Amino acid sequence: MSRALPVLTGLAAVAVLLAIWQGLVMLGFVSPLVAPAPSDIAASFQTLIMDEDLIQRFLQTFAEALVSAGLAVIVGTAIGWWLHAKRWAGAAFENWVASFAAAPLVLLYPLFLVFFGRNVGTIIVMSFLTALPSIVLKTKEGLDAIRRVLIDVGRSFRLSPAQLFWKIMLPAAVPTLCTGIRLGLVYALISVVGIEFLINFGGLGELIDDLAQRWEIPMMYGAISFVVLTSICFFYLTERLERWLRRA
Amino acid sequence: MAEARLDAPLPRRGLSPVLLLRIATLLGLWVIWEVVARSGLVFEGVVPSAITIAGAVAYLLTSPGFYWNLELTLIEVGVSLLLGSVAGIVVGLVLGAGRFAGKAFEPYMHYLAPTPKIVFLPILLVLFGVGPGSKIAMGTLSCFFPMVLSVASGVRQVDPVLLRVGRSFHLSLLQTVRKIYLPALVPPIATGLKLGTGVAIIGCLLAEIKMSNRGLGFLIMQYYAQFRIPYMYAALLIAFAIAAGGNTLIARFLRLPGK
Repeated sequence: MSRALPVLTGLAAVAVLLAIWQGLVMLGFVSPLVAPAPSDIAASFQTLIMDEDLIQRFLQTFAEALVSAGLAVIVGTAIGWWLHAKRWAGAAFENWVASFAAAPLVLLYPLFLVFFGRNVGTIIVMSFLTALPSIVLKTKEGLDAIRRVLIDVGRSFRLSPAQLFWKIMLPAAVPTLCTGIRLGLVYALISVVGIEFLINFGGLGELIDDLAQRWEIPMMYGAISFVVLTSICFFYLTERLERWLRRA
Repeated sequence: MAEARLDAPLPRRGLSPVLLLRIATLLGLWVIWEVVARSGLVFEGVVPSAITIAGAVAYLLTSPGFYWNLELTLIEVGVSLLLGSVAGIVVGLVLGAGRFAGKAFEPYMHYLAPTPKIVFLPILLVLFGVGPGSKIAMGTLSCFFPMVLSVASGVRQVDPVLLRVGRSFHLSLLQTVRKIYLPALVPPIATGLKLGTGVAIIGCLLAEIKMSNRGLGFLIMQYYAQFRIPYMYAALLIAFAIAAGGNTLIARFLRLPGK
């Protein structure tokens, strides 16, 4: 009970806030045109699912994020391995990758629009580039931190370089790689939704922009809460999955 | 950890090979860029020569219209940082110091922090209008979360011995915050400010790019709409330089550990 109490308090506080919001709208202190009542937002989900293809759009956004993150894992692991294996490359370029990770890449979307047009290519390429640096850096970090002893044991057993990689280096680096992959997935999802909204194309992000332009205020709030809730579920699940994988 | 690393530092003599490699890479990229720009392989004007872009940067930096736009963006970012950081420090203190409050509400902050903030823009436009208000709200929302999380975890790392000493000196709550918490919180606040500056700049600029009638982001979108691509590159370069410069300045000013 004592462990559940803070959780229940948190949920109760959210419920109270929603109730106050509902009350303010119903009493006329807040215009429903600015902030529709939570009950109207909840009711809008029926139309969102029936008429606005909420579920298909969700799947589309998710697929775009998976493709971007998948590409980033393939390319990023390779680059990370290269930075680890070639000392000169790591020394010269690791800092560059770190700066690239911190760069406000999303601001360049008008540039990508010029290159790729308003289509799924812009979304995938930008989200791929957003997810890439964390995977590169975590791969290198994981490989760098492998204890020398493990490699030496492998050498004394006369493992080939390929065996050394698959039997010793990869398993030893897996926990750090998992963190990189999780971060990559999270960044890809954020980027996909953001770019979809900004360029008005694709899945959930485009839906929000469309609803805003059509001034469908309750549905707009509904779609935004849907994006927030699904991202929260996604972060929670990937975090859990990573913890579970690390323990195994 | 140190003995476990497979790589040792490279020997240094004269011009380090790393520096040479970096210079060579940059030169190589520049040559490729110029070749692509002049080859006609890509649609004309999409990849302007670096010299054209440098000219556009020079033009922007000497035109008063540019500063008129830049001024508003800088004001928006500054106000956002102020509002978001103060709110973030207060909420972070409460969540970090109160164990119960932390357990009840910090998960919400933790999971809300990485959600794509830009999707809130339509709501902010409805609430605060098309003017600077919605941009400031976007920037504030962006830099609030890193500050909360950084301060909350910083509060929990305050040495409990110090708190006990404070209690035996009968410090009031305000004195405890001022004499013990705040000095110990300078590094986490600095970290929050550094992360916050980056996202506040992004938040304000994105909101401007999406919908506005003045600001650096508005300028970028105008050049895009008019297909004046070299100027768009130039404005983007300046935006990147401001973002990088802001980070460096804050890191220098607050002397962040490890920077």
